Formats: sequence, C-alpha cells, structure tokens
Amino acid sequence: MIAVARTDTSVLGRWWWTVDRWMIAALAALMAIGAVLVVTASPPVAERIGADPGYFVQRHLMLLPFAAALLIAVSLLSPRGVLTLSTALFTVGLLLLVVTLVAGVEVKGARRWLSIAGFSLQPSELIKPTFAVLAGWLFAEQKRGKLPGSLISLVLFLFTVGLIVMQPDLGMTVIVAAVWLAQFFVAGVSMWLVLPLAGVGAGGLVAAYFLFPHVASRIDRYLDPSSGDSYQVSRSLEAFMNGGVLGRGPGTGRVKEIIPDAHADFIFAVAGEELGVIVCLLIVGLFAFVVLRGFSRLLSENNLFVLLAAGGLFTHFGLQALINMGSALNLIPTKGMTLPFISYGGSSLLALSLGMGMALALTRRRVDSGAFL
Amino acid sequence: MIEIARNRRRPLPAVLPPISAGRVEIEGRAKQIIETGRNRLVFGGVMFALAFLTICLRLVDLSVFEAAPHARQLARPLATERAAERADIVDRNGVVLATNLGVQSLYANPREVLDVDSAAKRLVAVLPELNENEVKARLKLDKAFVWLRRKLTPRQQAAVIRQGIPGLYFRREETRVYPHGRLAAHVVGLAGDDNVGLTGIERSFDEVLRESDEPLRLSLDVRVQQVVHESLSRAAKTFRATGGAAMVMAVDSGEIVAMVSLPDFDPNVFENVDPEAQFNRGTLGVYEMGSTFKLFTAAMALESGKATLRSSYDARRPIKVARFLISDYHAKNRVLTVPEILVYSSNIGAVRMALDVGTEGQRAFLEQLGMLQRSSLELPEIGDPLIPTPWREISTMTIAFGHGLSVSPVQLVSGISALVNGGIFYPATLLKRPSGTVPGRRVLSPTVSDQMRWLMRQVVVHGTGRKANSEMYPVGGKSGTAEKAGRGGYRKKSLLSSFVGAFPIDDPQYVVLVMLDDPQPTKETYGYATGGWVAAPTVKEIVERSGPLLGLPPVHVIDQDRDGRIVEASAQFGTFVKR
Repeated sequence: MIAVARTDTSVLGRWWWTVDRWMIAALAALMAIGAVLVVTASPPVAERIGADPGYFVQRHLMLLPFAAALLIAVSLLSPRGVLTLSTALFTVGLLLLVVTLVAGVEVKGARRWLSIAGFSLQPSELIKPTFAVLAGWLFAEQKRGKLPGSLISLVLFLFTVGLIVMQPDLGMTVIVAAVWLAQFFVAGVSMWLVLPLAGVGAGGLVAAYFLFPHVASRIDRYLDPSSGDSYQVSRSLEAFMNGGVLGRGPGTGRVKEIIPDAHADFIFAVAGEELGVIVCLLIVGLFAFVVLRGFSRLLSENNLFVLLAAGGLFTHFGLQALINMGSALNLIPTKGMTLPFISYGGSSLLALSLGMGMALALTRRRVDSGAFL
Repeated sequence: MIEIARNRRRPLPAVLPPISAGRVEIEGRAKQIIETGRNRLVFGGVMFALAFLTICLRLVDLSVFEAAPHARQLARPLATERAAERADIVDRNGVVLATNLGVQSLYANPREVLDVDSAAKRLVAVLPELNENEVKARLKLDKAFVWLRRKLTPRQQAAVIRQGIPGLYFRREETRVYPHGRLAAHVVGLAGDDNVGLTGIERSFDEVLRESDEPLRLSLDVRVQQVVHESLSRAAKTFRATGGAAMVMAVDSGEIVAMVSLPDFDPNVFENVDPEAQFNRGTLGVYEMGSTFKLFTAAMALESGKATLRSSYDARRPIKVARFLISDYHAKNRVLTVPEILVYSSNIGAVRMALDVGTEGQRAFLEQLGMLQRSSLELPEIGDPLIPTPWREISTMTIAFGHGLSVSPVQLVSGISALVNGGIFYPATLLKRPSGTVPGRRVLSPTVSDQMRWLMRQVVVHGTGRKANSEMYPVGGKSGTAEKAGRGGYRKKSLLSSFVGAFPIDDPQYVVLVMLDDPQPTKETYGYATGGWVAAPTVKEIVERSGPLLGLPPVHVIDQDRDGRIVEASAQFGTFVKR
C-alpha cells in the first residue's frame, strides 16, 4: 500500500489516516467484481440490441477509473464541503429534472433520460445522494433551532418526488422517500409520527398500483406468477438453481442470453449462474459490511448533521442493493434498479461514487466532534 | 462529585451571563438528540442486517437446496426456444402428408467479414442462385446480422463451409415439408416460412397444429388420393379440360377419402404459385351441376308421395316458359316413366316432377340435403351456394335439371351420399372419424333410398352412365352436363361435364364424383364432351382401382338386360332390393 507517514500533514496524508480504509477496500472489491460481471454479462445484451458486443464493456471499463477518482476526490472534502457540493449539485439536478420533463428522451414509456452532447444522463440519479445530504442538514438545523428545517425538507421532498413521479419512475421515488423517512426517523421524530408516515408511504404504493398500469402488472405478477409474463424473474431463479454452489464458470452462463437486462437489473442472476452461491454470499457480505460498518462508525459520531447525512447515504446504498437482489431472487416485485458498483449504468455508477465519496468524507475521523456545523 | 466537577469546569457560575445557561441546555438537548439518533441508527442497522440475512438464506435455499441436478434445464429451452414446432398432418392410415425438417440457414456478421468482394465471389460460386452484387451490398452493411440464404440443403451447407469464409454462420430453422408434393395440395394446404398456416388444413387447424404434439389425422387415404389424382389428371389431359375436380366420400360418415382439384401446385415450392392453381374447385368453386340434380328431383317426388316408380310424365314436347324453351337432349318425344326420365336424362320429365311437388317442397327438400348452405367441410376455402332470390316457379323448373342453383361439388357429393346410404345426411368432413360415431340426420325414408339406388343402377346399365359400368363392382350413378353460363346466357360449346357414382350400389360404401371443366371432344367420343362420355369412364377407373385398396372384395357383376329397354319397373326393383 501507499507508504504514508503518520506525521504527514499534507491533505492526502491526513486523508489516508482519517478515512475508513476498510470501506474503501470493500467498495474497490465490489467495483472489481462488477467489472468482471459486466464483461461477461453485457456482450449478449449488446448483440441483441444490434450493437457491437464490446459496447457496454468498453463504456463500463472506461468509466470505472473516473468513478473511482470521483469517489476519492469527494472523500477528501470536509463536512462543510460536502454540504456545499450537495447543495450545488442538488440545484443542478432539480433544474435538469424539470428540463427532462420537457425535453427528455422517451424510453419504454417514461421520460427519465436527458441527452447532452452524445451522453445520456439520468438527472434523478444525481438527486438521490445530494438530497440525502441536504435533508440531513435541514433536519439537523431544525434540532439546532436555527431553521424550520423539517418543514423546508418536507417541501423540497414533495417537490422533488413530484417531479420524479411525473417521469414516471416509481423505483426512484421509493428510494428517495425511504431514505428521507429513515433520516426523519433517526433525526428523532416522535414515534407518534413514525407510524402515520409509514402509513402514508404504504398509501403511496397503493396509489401507484392503481395509477400506473405497469406497476399494477408487476405487483400482480409477483403475487400470482401465472397471471402474466414473469419471464425475467423465472429465468433469474433458474439461473441461481443452475449455478449451484460453485457456479458454471465465468462466461459459461446462459441467462444473459435470454434476460434483456442481464447487464443491469439482473446482473446478480448472472453472478449466481456463473460464479455460484459462494461468490453471491461474498457480494451480499460486502454490501452488508459497507452499510453496517458505516452505521457503526456513526455510533461514535457527535455531529447530528454528519450522523443524518451519512446515515442517509448508507441507507440509500444498502436499500438499492437489497431491492436489486430481492428482485432477482423474487423476494419482492421486480423493480428496475441497479446493483451498486456492480451493474452497468453510467449515471448510476457516477451518482453512487459521489454518494459513497461523500459518505467516506463524512465518516472521516475529525477533531471537531460534537459541534454543529 | 458531579457538583464539584461542574464547579471546577465553570468556577464562576454566579457571574456567567444568562446566555451561558442556555448553552448548557442546548448542549444537554443536543446530547439527547444525538443519543436518540444513535439508538435509532442501531435499530436501522439491525433491520439492514436482517434483510441481508434474508437475502443470504434465499440464495442458499435456491442454489443449494433447489439446485438443478444437471444444470441443463436452461440450455434446453434455449435450443428450442421459439423453434417453430408444428404438428404433422397424416392420412387416415398414418402416412405423413406434412412434417417439419430441420434445415440450416446462412447468415453473416458483416463486421467480421474481412474481404467483402472475395467473400461474395466465393459464396456465389457455391450458391449460384444468389446475386453477387446483392450479397456484396448486404456484407457491407454496418450490422451484426444479415440473412444471406434461408434453408440450405446439407450439400449446400457443406459447400459453404468448405469455402471457409470468416464471418458466415448458420442458424437452425425448421421448414415445412410435404412429402407427397402436389398429391393433396388443396386439402393439406400451405404453411409459410414463419410457421403460419396459409391455406387448407394448415390454415383451418393452424392453432391446433401449433399447440398439439399429436399428428392431425385426416380422413384422406393417400392411396385412393393417388388413384383419383392420376385418373383425373389423365382425363383432364385427354379431353384438354381447363380444370377438374374429383372426390371420394364414405357414405356412412361423410369422410372425404380423396379430394383432387386441377390445376394444382407443389406446396414445397410455393414461391410462384399461380393463384388459379390454388383454387379448390371441389369446395370453393360453385357450379350449376346439371343433370346429376335430377336424382334429387326424383328422390323428392318419390319421398313426397306425388310419384312412384311407375308414375309417368308427358315429355312429348318442349316446355315454353316466358322466353325460355326447355327441351330434351336425348329427346324421346313420348310419355316417360320415372326410371325412363333418369335413364334418358329428360329435362322435361324432371321439370314436370318438380312442378308436381311445388316450389316450397323443392326448396325444403334441397335445404334438407344441404344444397342451400355452405358445406361444413373443415377448409377455409368453401364456396357459398348461389341461390335464386326470389325462388320463382321458373327457378323450380330449371333447378329440377340442375340449372339456376350453383353448389360446390362437395355439397353435391354429401347430398348424393344421403340418397344412397339409407337416407341419412352426414356433414362432409376431412378428419378421420371412428366408425359409428358420426351424428347424422334422416332426410329420406329407407324405401326411397333403395329406389334411388335402383334408379342410379338403371342409369349405368341402360342410360347415359354406361361408360361407368364396371365388371368388378356394381356402380350406380348419374351423368351431368351443364352449359357454362357466359356473357349473355349459356354457351353451348363450353361445358361442365360430370358424373357422380356410388359403389357397390347394392350396399353403397363410397360416392365418387368426377367433374371436368370445359372438356373438348375427341375422335374416340365421336364429338361428345358430355358427362357420360368424358367423366363416367374416369369414375369407373377410380372405382376399379380404389375398391381393392378400400378393402371391398370385387364381385362378378352379371350384365343385366342391355337391349336398351327398361323392363317392368316394379318387378325388377323387387329383385334388386334383395341383397
């Protein structure tokens, strides 16, 4: 590893001794596994859409170093820097969301993508981590009595979620809402409010079931597989069964040839088939490690803003992983969501790097414990 | 202790400004908030841990306890996924009429083709039917997949492989094959490249064929089909007919044992099929059938009780109705008995019989025999009968001898079957029926059916059907010669000549119809192109050649009184019914 003396007081030196190096290692391991899986899973998908077999591989491998660099660079920031960056990027993201509604590219019936100079961008990905930080700060400010933070964050939340629902993108809505509720909960909201809020969330899901036909059909298919085409999920389950303990070997899987989203939403099935359950358990272990280690580090945190913002970021990371894996294993209805750092997906990869970079920055050991920002 | 400690930290509490008291409070509250946050974070962490644990359990459950034993389950559906499986079509004895064959189709990934010009040149050298420029154009496309040639023979595939051109690949496909070619083309029909039934049984049973694993068993007998096809083709050639139709029906079930329509086509090479050749004259074409309809007129008169075999009708002079003149072809110019009317095929006699029964009676009777509804045969190509509206008296008169009502040949054969089988109407079918299970409908008394068999026998022994008289099987029948309707009336020189026969007539099993469209007379027929001359010999040929195949033992048919005189009707009929 890099030899950095304890006494090194340069920016990098201080960073190296204060940052959570184990977590960086876990994230690097996830990225490496992801690179292997994208290499094996994406060529059949690319061929199916008529692109060059290496199309997704090239793009993913080119983006990975940028993502890693972004993660490290962001983790150098101070908590105040994280807040400033989040506020700026959240503002940009919100503007882009509005633009998307007007000038977005329509894919499979939804406007979620913005095409800028040849790059497609999903602004809602940018919203997720930055809003978590912003909401954390607002809740903390409320407790400090400086600002009516809860109210402001509620307004911001409703506005943002409204924009995302209009795309429509239910998966993103669920994540943003769940993270916000979790932060509200940790911020010390009275238990008398927790239950009604959970009720409102459940009500939102029921409303989505009746408002959006594609949501209704997915849930129907989950509850009763014979009611419709549960093709992807059935194939996904078969993949895990075929993989067994040791897998069929990298590159020899078949599920990627038949599942349209094998390189993204169903990449976990490819892992199950080709690498077997042991590697899958390792992947789950890595995700659990990142989330639980993050939480445990926050237990010794005295700064409420840091506690709430980083807690939100880890919750986002963990929830997204859980939803993706749960979908592939048919534990929950299918929800289009990437597996953090493993799935192909540019916007998602960069947004997660930003989010985890900020989480790393917030969980660095500091001497200003206890003080509000 | 605590007091002391506090005092030590803040030694001068009394003189502190009021604001510092607030600060202590804030710090206390902040601690409490942080504490709540931490507790709830622990709760969140536990929830996460449980969720991750669930994922792990599910993973182990799926991969270890439900693991696929051979890990091939997934590979199998891949190989056959969407592979166009289609059930076979077989004849009544299980002979394959349509099946699937795995073939290889050639495609290219143009991005992997190194030298387009040389690749195209070498490919055209082994597959000369390809156009070199077209191949080049395709190989230059910026795509990962282009078809070059579908459905290669193994020999062609080997030749392409031997060229060793990089970037070319094969994909397995299935193609529909009709081993008997044109033999039963109109009945079996066609299925296209994409496994979709286009005509015939392939179309009417499209879904069944796609979903079933069992072959579809038809009522056809490929051996009889071959006999009928060959005989009809020869007759059509001899008499230079523009087309023809022939069929054999089992009278006790309505099963079609053979059905041929000419001109026909080879379903294995259907790219350039003439639409005319796809036209099924046996089912889709509707024709004024001519004198064969006199059998219906006679049966109707006998069934109604208005006539007996001894009844006689005045045929001394033609009948004038409005601007029409109805006369006889083989005019006898005397009073004719019912057997004589059929034997000499008297139009005048038939008209008088029909007028006796009346318009309503005729209409009801023909309806019973299925002449007024489209046939229920299981083909998409079924023609609707052309029924006169209104059904005036003149219609009754012309229909009595088979003009003014157009029906499809299969309708005629169904009706004739009911006349000879004891009086039960069975809907025509192309599917094999287990014997005795077909529901029928009584349309005629058994007595009248017996009389009809005797009358049909008289026609073959004494009348216009003599050329159908076989020495192997007793045949009964009736010829029909219709002038085809053309512009401005009937054309004397353009005929639709047919013969419908039943055999063995003492206990009928099968009805045979032969019909030729616009046959030309030859020297051997002395200038005649009527049903008795051109169609009757073909019926005889079909009877004699298919009878043994159908399991009917030939009998020596004793020639009856052939001096051209019709003997005392009732006396002879009495000996006939004794089988």
